[in-house]
Amino acid sequence: MSEPLLQAVNLQCERDERILFRDLSFSVLPGTVTRVEGPNGSGKTTLLRILAGLNDAWSGDLYWCGEPRAGQRESFLRNMLYLGHRPGIKPLLTPMENLRALMAGRRPVSDEVLSRALEGTGLAGYQKVPCRNLSAGQQRRVALARLLIADEPLWLLDEVFTAIDADGVRAIEALLQQRAEEGGAVVVTTHHDLKLPGMQRIVLGGGQSDEQ
Amino acid sequence: MSNNPVRVHAVAEGVGVAGAMKAVFMRDMKVAFRQRQDLLNPLLFFVMVVTLFPLGVSPEVSFLREAGAGILWVAALLSVLLSLDHLFRHDFDDGTLEQLVLQPQPLFLLVLAKTLAHWMLTGLPLVILTPVLGIMVHLPGNSIGILCLTLLIGTPVLSLIGSIGAALTLGLRSAGVLLSLLIIPLYIPVLIFGTGTVAAVSEGAPVGAYLALMGAFLVLALTLAPFASASALKISMSNS
Repeated sequence: MSEPLLQAVNLQCERDERILFRDLSFSVLPGTVTRVEGPNGSGKTTLLRILAGLNDAWSGDLYWCGEPRAGQRESFLRNMLYLGHRPGIKPLLTPMENLRALMAGRRPVSDEVLSRALEGTGLAGYQKVPCRNLSAGQQRRVALARLLIADEPLWLLDEVFTAIDADGVRAIEALLQQRAEEGGAVVVTTHHDLKLPGMQRIVLGGGQSDEQ
Repeated sequence: MSNNPVRVHAVAEGVGVAGAMKAVFMRDMKVAFRQRQDLLNPLLFFVMVVTLFPLGVSPEVSFLREAGAGILWVAALLSVLLSLDHLFRHDFDDGTLEQLVLQPQPLFLLVLAKTLAHWMLTGLPLVILTPVLGIMVHLPGNSIGILCLTLLIGTPVLSLIGSIGAALTLGLRSAGVLLSLLIIPLYIPVLIFGTGTVAAVSEGAPVGAYLALMGAFLVLALTLAPFASASALKISMSNS
């Protein structure tokens, strides 16, 4: 397979004088889904935030497309999509305005495409309702609509299945699978029992990483 | 729905800096106008402080003419200070700030766009109200003109310096007191020269040098504050 998009070498992170993980090395290859597992507090979200570049409290090396990531901020951010615990949705704006604002910083997308993406996440008819009137699950679906129009090859998804119903979960699983087949790379943290063929697992709490 | 083939994109295949700044600015404006009572808060505070002064201290024309410019400047300064906590707080809580930090454009320019929106929503309305309140405290016409000018130059400086403090105290639960302690000392020079300009004009002295200094403050804040705020935001983000 081609060279890894993202490569971590001997990552170590300490939080509140407790070592979350050390000597953590792994590669994220195009066309793979990687699942980060571990009990609550084992550092799954912290690892994802480190990979996304939101957390600086770590040591080790991170490589983006074979080069150290530190010197390639713009290229890395242009090609990485991060969805966190907090969905990044303004409660006062409508799903359409939210999605438009989120995409406006990344690439030009027509309103038709945005509208279709919202319909694709089951929000048809809600395009003009302020997000604070939507349920928690619907708000997350607004954020997830970005996945349907994303062109970034690397996705970092933190607890994407939270507050999503059973049909939605199946749809996301199918989407991740399809994304990997197309050559995208996905790193996902979840407590949901996600099983996809060829999935790489990173187990935190024990400190080792292995491939299934 | 997919767009094959998935590949690594060049940075140029994205949105330019100007487009991204405009989007950030427009979103902040839109959010603010959906929540108008928040917009009125700093204005109401400004008007209340200025109207309570004659009642609380002295309604004498001579006193008000002497102290008027100072009262208006202090009220404007405190009013901006009160609104600062909102600059990043809501975005931090709902996760839009994370997405802002992860945009490929230089963060300091996006922060500059946010700060500009903050000034348009707090500082600029204060400047617009100033002539009315100036008349109320019996300031002569030429003093009111200069007062408006100093506030027009000075309030953006307050917003810009304030953005550093707001970004630094973002991760803290009770940020209010610390924010004031951090920012007030940096506001003092602006206040001194702002009121000094009006005092000079009422004594008939030339004000060119004062205004030039105010302008220098603005240029300095405009060029340096966004960098400091952007770095502070990254630190706050890293600790959350």
